Formats: sequence, C-alpha cells, structure tokens
Amino acid sequence: MEKLIKFKIDGVEYNAKENETVLDVCKKNDIFIPTFCHDDRFASEAACRMCLVETSNSNKLMTSCTLIPTEGVEIQTNSDIVLEARQEVLKLTWASHPNDCVVCEADGNCKLQDYMYYYDIPSEKEYNIEVRDFEIDDSNKFFYIDPSKCILCGKCINVCDQLVGVGALSFNERGKDTYVSFAFNKGMDFSTCVSCGNCVSVCPTGALVEKSHTKFRTKETRKVRTTCPYCGVGCQFNLVLKGDTVVRVDPINTTPNEGLLCIKGKFAYRYINHPNRLKSPLIKKNGVFYEATWEEAYTLIVNKISQAKKTYGSSAFAGLTSAKCTNEENYLFQKFMRIIFGTNNIDHCARLCHASTVTGLATTLGSGAMTNSISEVKNHDVIFVIGSNTTETHPVIGSFMRQAKKSGAKIIVAEPRKIDLAKEADLFVQIKPGTNVALLNGMMNVIYNENLYDKEFIRKRTENFDDFIKVVKQYPPERCAKICGCSVDGIIEAARIYAAGEKAGIYYAMGITQHSNGTNHVKSIANLAMLTGNIGKESSGINPLRGQNNVQGACDVGGLPDVYPGYQKVHLPEVKAKFEKAWGVKLSDEIGHSLLSHITHGAKDHSIKFLYIMGENPIVSDPDITNVKEALNNMNFIVVQDIFLTETAQYADVVLPASSYAEKDGTFTNTERRVQRIRKALDPIGDSKPDWVIIQELMTLLGYPQHFNHPSEIMDEIASLSPIYAGINYDRIDKIGLQWPVHNKNHPGTKYLHKDKFSRGLGLFTPIEYLGAKELPDDEYPLTLTTGRVLYHFHTRTMTGKCTRINELVPNNFIEINQITAKKYKLDDMEEVIIKSRRGETTAEVHITDIIGDNIIFMPFHFADGANMLTNVVLDETCDIPELKVAACEIVKKS
Amino acid sequence: MNQKILDQMKNNFLKTNPIFTTPKNVHPLEQRIVLKNYQVIDPESIIEYIAKDGYQSISKALKMTQEDVVNEVIKSKLRGRGGVGFPTGLKWKFALEYESDEKYVICNADEGEPGTFMDRHILEGDPHNNIEGMMIAGYAIGATKGYIYVRAEYPLAAARLQKAIYDAKELGILGNNIFDTNFNFNIEIRLGAGAFICGEETALMESIEGKRGLSRNKPPFPAQIGLFEEPTIINNVETIASITSIITNGGEWYKKIGTEKSTGTKVFSLSGKTKNNGIFEIPMGISLREVIYNIGGGMKEGSTFKAAFTGGPSGGVLDETHLDVIIDFDSLVKYSSIMGSGGIIIADQNNCIIDTIKHFMEFNADESCGKCTPCREGTTILYNMLDDITKGKSSMEDLEKLKHLAHVVSSTSLCGLGQAAPDPIFSAIRHFYDEFVDHIKHKVCKAGVCDMPVTKGGE
Repeated sequence: MEKLIKFKIDGVEYNAKENETVLDVCKKNDIFIPTFCHDDRFASEAACRMCLVETSNSNKLMTSCTLIPTEGVEIQTNSDIVLEARQEVLKLTWASHPNDCVVCEADGNCKLQDYMYYYDIPSEKEYNIEVRDFEIDDSNKFFYIDPSKCILCGKCINVCDQLVGVGALSFNERGKDTYVSFAFNKGMDFSTCVSCGNCVSVCPTGALVEKSHTKFRTKETRKVRTTCPYCGVGCQFNLVLKGDTVVRVDPINTTPNEGLLCIKGKFAYRYINHPNRLKSPLIKKNGVFYEATWEEAYTLIVNKISQAKKTYGSSAFAGLTSAKCTNEENYLFQKFMRIIFGTNNIDHCARLCHASTVTGLATTLGSGAMTNSISEVKNHDVIFVIGSNTTETHPVIGSFMRQAKKSGAKIIVAEPRKIDLAKEADLFVQIKPGTNVALLNGMMNVIYNENLYDKEFIRKRTENFDDFIKVVKQYPPERCAKICGCSVDGIIEAARIYAAGEKAGIYYAMGITQHSNGTNHVKSIANLAMLTGNIGKESSGINPLRGQNNVQGACDVGGLPDVYPGYQKVHLPEVKAKFEKAWGVKLSDEIGHSLLSHITHGAKDHSIKFLYIMGENPIVSDPDITNVKEALNNMNFIVVQDIFLTETAQYADVVLPASSYAEKDGTFTNTERRVQRIRKALDPIGDSKPDWVIIQELMTLLGYPQHFNHPSEIMDEIASLSPIYAGINYDRIDKIGLQWPVHNKNHPGTKYLHKDKFSRGLGLFTPIEYLGAKELPDDEYPLTLTTGRVLYHFHTRTMTGKCTRINELVPNNFIEINQITAKKYKLDDMEEVIIKSRRGETTAEVHITDIIGDNIIFMPFHFADGANMLTNVVLDETCDIPELKVAACEIVKKS
Repeated sequence: MNQKILDQMKNNFLKTNPIFTTPKNVHPLEQRIVLKNYQVIDPESIIEYIAKDGYQSISKALKMTQEDVVNEVIKSKLRGRGGVGFPTGLKWKFALEYESDEKYVICNADEGEPGTFMDRHILEGDPHNNIEGMMIAGYAIGATKGYIYVRAEYPLAAARLQKAIYDAKELGILGNNIFDTNFNFNIEIRLGAGAFICGEETALMESIEGKRGLSRNKPPFPAQIGLFEEPTIINNVETIASITSIITNGGEWYKKIGTEKSTGTKVFSLSGKTKNNGIFEIPMGISLREVIYNIGGGMKEGSTFKAAFTGGPSGGVLDETHLDVIIDFDSLVKYSSIMGSGGIIIADQNNCIIDTIKHFMEFNADESCGKCTPCREGTTILYNMLDDITKGKSSMEDLEKLKHLAHVVSSTSLCGLGQAAPDPIFSAIRHFYDEFVDHIKHKVCKAGVCDMPVTKGGE
C-alpha cells in the first residue's frame, strides 16, 4: 500500500501521495490556486509567486507548487494574508506591464487579465516602475515575441527545453531588464527553433502570439476538439474558429501528445479555408474541367460503372482508398469496392510505407502494428532508432525520445544521414542505404557471441531459433561493417547497449520498410527484439511509426486487397461467408491487386479500366512517375474525390469535392493503435461532401442502399465485423480513444501487444540473409539516391503546400550531398542541378551538408515530378512495397 | 604523499628557513585562526604551507571516521560565515546522511557585497588552507569532487588557487588514494561572470552546471539535492578556512573562542570614515565601539560617527546608541541589522542614510536575477520610492507604502536576495526616522547629499 500523508487544506482533510505537492492535491480537488509559471509537465520553478499559501509549519508563505505536505500540516489557500500576497504579486506584475488590453491580441486569452479581474486589481498602476519597452522579435514566420508583454514566467523556455528538447529560447539580461528571446537574441535563423509553436501555446499573456491571418477577438471564437490530420501520432487539439474560419490551433494536454504539437499541427491549418478548395463536382470534357452538379456527376459515374461492369467485368475495377480519410470512410469504401464492383482490388498508400511491416510482423509476431504506446516512449532505458527521422516525421514522439534521454535513456541511431536525433544520440551508426539487415545481423551476432541474449525468453516464447542463429553466425561484425560502411566498433557497441536494455524499444519507419526485401528488414527487427526478450513488456517492443494520420486505420478496416476489416483474409471461406452473410451479397475470394500492380502493371496492360481514387495522390507519391502517368493515361475512366484539384485529380474524368477532416465526424487510428475521434468544426466548404456521404450516395444509386445517419453507425457496423474493433463505439472513445485490440464493450483496450503470448502464439525467428538493394550504383549512375520527408512538409504537399508560410520554408525540391560529392561535381550550395536515373530526371537545389555520406544523395519525395521521377519501382515479392529508399542516379550540371 | 614524507618536507624546510615573516599591523585584539598564515607564508609556496603544519589536518582527519570529523565540526559550533550563520556541522551531517554515489563540496568564493573583501584576502593570502579545508569536508561527507566558485574580479585569488591545486596534485596531496587511504579528491575552479546572484548558493550551482544563474526554490536544500542533483555542501571561504584549525585543535578548543552561540573568530572588513580600514580577525562578541575606536583607530579627522552599516546591501544600519552592542550572529538582529558576512561601513555626519540605502537598493535591483516577480519588480520600485524621497518628491503616505512594499518583497521573494533586499529600509526607518521626516516633510537633507528642491540646510 502506498503511504498517504494526511493534512488539511482550509480546514478540510486531504491525502497526498508521496512527492505530491500541495498544488497537485488542490488541483485534484478543485481548490483554486492561481499560477503563471507552473505546468504539470515540468519541474516547478516557483518563479511567479502566485501560488503562495500559508502553512502551519512555517511563518513564511510557501509556494504550493513546491510544497510537499507533511503529516498533519494545515494549509491556508484563502486567508487574508494569502489573498494580500497574491494581490501584491499581481500588482507588481502589472506595474511594468503595458496597459493595452483593449488592443492586445491576447485579450480574452490572458491569465494576467483574468487574475487582475478576479483579484480586483485596478488598472491604474499602484507602483511606479518603467513600463517594459522592448523591440518585438518577428524573425519567426509563425509567431512574434513581444518581450514588453512578457511576465517572465519562463514557461516558453521550459517547454522548448524540457519537453520539446530543442532549447531555442532563453532569458537575456537580468532583473527588470530580463527578456526572453531566441538564443543570444540573434533571431530565429541563428537558433535551433523548429517553429513548433509550443512556446506560443503555453504563453499566459500576449508575449508570444501567432501571426494571425484573421483578425479575431477571443470572445468571437469557439473551440472544437479533434485529432490532428498530419502524421500518425494522432495529437489532440482544439480547432479555434471564428465563424467558419479556423483561426488558431490549441494543443490539449492529454493522451497521446500531452499538450505538444509540431509546426504542422500547430500552424499548417490554412488549407482548410483555402480559396482553392474544390467546391463543386468537376467533369472533364475535351480535356477541360467544367463545374457540374452532384446529380450530373453521379449520373455520369453510375453510367460509366454500369457500362464498364457489363463490358469488362469486376476485375477491370480498382479503387484507392485513403490513409487521410476516416475509418468509417475507408470501411465504406472497401465495402463499396467489394459489393458494387465485386472486386478486392483495393489498396492505398500503406503499400508504399508499411506493407512490409504488416507482412513482416504479422508473420513473425501475429500483428503488424506498434507494440508499445506513445506514453511508454519516455520510460525506455534504451531507444534504438533505425530508418526513422523521428524528430522530423513524428516530432512529438521525437520529443518524448528526447525526454527519455533527459531521464537517462540511451539512444542509438542507425541511419544513412546524421539526423538531428543522431547528433544527440549516445551512439550513431552511419550506414549505407539499404544495409539494415547486415547491421542487424551483425548486432545479433555480437549479442549471441557475447552471451547477451535472453535464453529463457527464447525457450518459452519463440520458435525456429536454431535455423535463425545459423544464419546470424555467418555475420560477424567485421563482415557487416564492410557492407554497411560503418565501423566494427559501432556495431558491437550498438549490440551491447541494446542488449543491456531492460526496457528497450526499437523505432523504425520507411528506412526499414521501403526496400525490395523490406519484409526481411522487418523480420530482422523482430529477430533482434526476440533475441533479447525486449518485446511484450511495457516500454519494451517494436514500434513501426506510421506516417499518416489514419494509415493504421485504413489498413485496420480493410483498405487492403487481401483482407477484410480486422485483417480477416479474403481467401478464407469462413471469412468470406461471414461477410457475405453480414452484407447480404456474394463476394469474391480472389485476392486483389495491390497498388502498384493496379496502376502500373494493370493499367499498362489494360486489364484495369476503371480507377476510383479517394484522397490519394499517386502521381506524386508513387515510384517512377513517368510510368504512373502512362498508366493513368491508359485508364478508361478515373474518378477522384479530394479536397483539392491534386496532381492526380488532373488525370480524372470526374472530380468530386470532398470535405476536409475539419468538416466531418469520424475516427482516425493513430500509430499506437488508438482509435480517436475527429469532430465536425465547420460546415462543408462550398458544395463539398464528406467522403462517407459521397460513397454512401453512390452505393445507394448503384443499387445497394446505405442509409447511415452518422459515422458512429458505420463504426458500430465495423465493431460488429472486426474482432479487434469489437469493443469500440463513439461513447467509449469520446475522451481518449481506445487502443485495439478491444475485444468487447467492456474490454479496456490494449496498451502494449504480445504480453505473455504473441498474437500468433510463439514468436517466429526467421533466418534472414543480407540481399542488398536491387539497383546499386554503377559507372553510368554512380550515386545512391535515398528519399524521405522533411519536418515542414507532409506527403505530397496537398495540405502543407497550401499554407504559404510553411511552404516558404521549403519551397523547392532539393538534394542533400556532402562536400566531397559536391566537389567531385563542382557544385555550389543552392545551385540548381539535374538528377537522372534510369526512370527519368528532375531538377533540384543543391544543399551541401555534412550529415550524409560520400556519393549519397538525399531528396525529399514531397514535390511533384521530383524524387519519384527517379525512384525504382522494383517490388518486394511478399508485400509489393517498392524500393523507394535506394536507386542509382547521377547528377548533371545545368548548362 | 604520506605522513612520513609530509613531516620530512616540513622538517627539511624548517632546517634551512626557520624564520617566517611577521605579519604587519596585527591589532592586539586580533586572534588569527583563519588568517593564521596571512602575510606569514608565501601563498604560492606549498612547502611553506607544509612547514606551517599544512596538510596535517587532512592527514589527521583521514585517520578519523567520517562521523567523527562531522562531530568535531558540530562540537565546534562553527556557523556559516557567508552571512546566514547556519551550523556548518549540521549541514555536513545532512550531506553525509544522504546516500549517493556522487557528492560535491563547493567553496563559495563569489564575494560580491560592496565593502566586503575578507574572502579575497583569505584566498590570496593562504589558498592551501582552503584546499585542505575542502578536502576535509569532502572526506567527511563522502565527496570526491570539489568546486571553488571564484568571482572573475578576483584574478589573483583564482591564479593562486589554481597554482595551489596544481602543486597539491603534483605532490600527490590531491588526487587518488590521498595519504595512502581510499579517499580520492579533486578540485576544479569555476570563475563567475559578474553576477552577484551567483553568490546565492542555488544560483551558484546552476552556474557551475553551465546554466544561467537563477536561484532555485528551497527546499530541497543542497545537502539533499544540490549540484547536478547530488547531495552537496556549499560553504563560504571563511567557513572552510576555519576547518583545518578545528580539526587540528579540536571542536572543544574552538568552541571556547567567541560567544556561546557564535563561536570562533570572525574576519571583518572595515571601511568608511574610520582612520584604519582593512581586514582584521577577532573573536566573536566584540562591540561596535571597540571596532571603531580601538581597531579602527577612531573616526577620521573632522568626522563624527553617525552610523554603521553592517551586513552589506541587504544588512542594516545602526546608530550611536548601538555602539556597545556586541557583534555576532544573533545580537544585531534585535536592532534590525545583521552581522552578515562581516562587512562594516562607518558613516559620518556627511553621509545621508537614505541616499546610502538607496544605493544599496540600486545594487540589489541591478543584481536581481529576474526570476521571481517580487524581487525583479519590487527592488526597482523600492529604489524608485527611495529616489523620490531623496528628491523631496514624497509624502508621509509614500513612506507607509515603502514600508508595505518592503514587507511584501521580503515575504514573497524566492531567494535570499529578494527576501533580504528590503532589510536596510526597515532598520533605517527604525533608527533614522527623523531623517526620513526631514526629507519628506521638510525637504531637507542634513548631510547635504541629496538634491532637494528647497535650499540645503533648512526651510
């Protein structure tokens, strides 16, 4: 039993747990104590002195944020002395504060203003001191720092340093001259600031304020809680709206983001109200789009479908569902494809990112998802990041990794580039693109030879160890170091650090999955975790980081060619029977084509005639764009529904205007398997409709009436058919969501997977040989191209590209090369060059950096006709993921 | 290094150089413990220090248990010389009792109060005594690492300490297996960067950690969670300089010097309008009168005693009625002042009390770290209020407001700087109320210092 301390607050008895402060207990019990500098997420500073209380232990007033109660002590939070102290501290705070509330941006959203009101402080200054007068620093694109309005609570500095782990802000000068600025007051550009805006979110006054696009007063706004539409972390925030315009985003201090956001979540919302949003259906006639009514568009689509079905049969249809849409929409879309078209040709961009995770982890462990929760990141003792640029692609998880490091965790990073996290890591192993398996085999060789493996775990929980270890024995670190281009010591040390972890977590993303043998890379990861018993425990496991807001959910609810919702195989008769019964139709048991086979192979040989695309942009995201364009040109009919006229929509015959996430209800499933709500904040823009409404209307017109009144009803149907979602309904997930599997309506969800037993029973060790990428540098194409994402853009820029200030940060396609490569090609920084591969060419700005190896080029894949003009479409045989991470290329100087 | 070699070195030196310099101007009332080697030995010679029984105390301490060393210091009733007077032995006991693999000893040599310069002379005159004192402290609490935080404005002290550390290492006195025991100890010097607040113990630790010098809230106290979050004792230069003698002669011996509650000797720095200014070390308990008229040689020609400012810019001011009050940790408190770290400034008829405490407040406002609201804003506002008085712009109501705010700042500030900054105001109002009335009501500064709107000297 935990020891409780009994004490009194204002005459009433309360209990405090060990190390709980008086303020903690007051907060729990709704006893109001004013604070400026306090934040539950970091150590108390006791700087603002607002939370002073009286205590029977001492004749001094004590700060309740630091006061640990002792047995029997009596605390007064409301005595005359306390009230006077608060009033005086407020008067002192107010003394040097500009008296300009009427024109202040923070009016109505300012703690100083509120406390002044509640404690009856007159606006006439009681004390004579010069009013703060500092220059505004507007060097950041998204917010400005107005030190005159700062009350020096220090929260911005603490959130940046202790929580985000960036440390871009600091105090300058001292005494009354103290002010907050970017480091050394040299402005944004000379600081480490990543514009995440968490400083703005915690500022209690108008000192850190977003550069607003719209003039608004707080009283004119309303807030709607929803889930971030960018990466897979699934941050919770409030959309702040004036009328139907989003004017700000406020993070919520809850699971999973704990009040943090990244630049995209915080500032990249302008696309919602962007003038270029599609507002009515478009029909292409003679190569030109004309606005049409929904009726016209539907009639055309229905006719085309009926004709095509008659002429070519079900196998001529294919559909791309969307990792950006809700679970309910994805569910309905796959139902639409399977029932109306009679085909399982359904896929989406998960094929490009974690197809190999789904196959690799499903085979070895039984479930292809993050085994731990985001809340467990901070408690690892070892974090092994391989093939993930976490601080840029999943910034909030990256911050939690930094917090883990601050509390003593060791971080190992293995990557071709010395990414930010690598610079902070305890160990960085720089490997050549595509050599993960060699590194992992080398580490496992060391762990085996140094007897650092978990024999008990292997004996009890796994199978096939002997076959596996035979292969590992062939990979001494010396051999692997040669393949990886890294030091032998690096491999040995990585092995020792990882194996020493009691709560070690592996984090990986596209650097592991996007290979022609990506499934093997993933299985290799599973081998490493099982070898050391670092799986199936809290803060110990394998964590594939999902890139899009709902890529996990789109897979979960059946947006894949081989499975129904809940990963139930389409080719299994009992599964087919279950769905035929539920839906009342005959279904195909033929496994559908995957994304790249539909579009590239299927369309090129004219076997796919009709393509229905919901919220995907393959013309930018898929490898070998020339090929994709040719394929789309070969289609008989293409329907695209999206929120903008994307590069892909240009190829459509009919474009349907969809509503953004802010205009509808639904759910997203984040990377930790948590099903979370999104909520309608504004009416659909123009004539646009939520995707689920469009699909439902089309299904009804096509003879399969669907009359869901609300997405919650669709979720109820999902729950009735998918065992991993069985316990989910909108009431249960209202606050913090639920993590699947949720076996029934009483099941609390699953924090981490594979406790006591793997989903497949015994964990399967797989012998994995190093194979290498399919296309390696040669005389003609002597450089290695690898691709990835940058912090400031998302996927194909459909959304971030519409947010001007974000776009300005990275407006053009670029390559990163090191000095040696640059010198070899006589290239200058920022010079524009042509990059060629066997598939095509593109132009890019040269960014010379020291973070990448010789003869390696990094290029982000965000830009149209950019990296994917060059990438290789060679597929992994098991899961059809293309080798986006390695291609041979060459740089050609312009002119 | 071991006992035998140490003794040999001592004897060899004494054979050839048996006579040391006699220090100049030692007043008959003085008893030099902390300053035992001051102006006696060459401070840059470790051999001379050894010849004067240097490093015998640590050698002795290492033969005692840690508890015994701590008990000896407790027995001596030594109180921290930084100003607050917390019992040093108790501090050590706490630090000894907290279990940790790593503990630290810090010597606070960030002496920054105006009119205070004892530590400077102690360090410049006998750096090895401080190193040895820190070693004893390190052994007593189980620390292996010590830091001396010296203000950068004391380059000679820093240089001599640096040389002393180097020489002690060379001789194997600092380092590992000291005197053939398991005790390891090393010392590093950290230079301050001009911030007075870094003399406050928690801000000082932040500064050593490489951070901005901001005070931390207490509790937790450094003995529990200190430097790099480990148990730490932080002692003032003079406190540490007292340790070697206590270990050599015993706590009982030390306890007999001074008064019952303030044992031992105290080094004072005397400045202002007395004939003889400088530092002197006397047993606790001597009266202000003795200090001024005996040690200080009386007031300068033409000067009449008016006031004594004790305890620096956050201390207090005493008038002629207090001349027979004895100076120790507790006696002055009754008269709204403190002994503090031992700075005494003597004022005469030409000094304005309000003008002087205004300058003290200016100093505090300037040196406030800016972290907590009451100190950051309050010290400047108090300065403005005092400034108004010296310009004849105040009313008696404003005086009440001054008192009120002084009370607010002292009761709500985070650290000692803000809590004590208003103290001179309280004592000035108490002892020199008439001077406030003169300035406020009659617009007169009798000292002729303040620029009053009405002609100097009266209505």
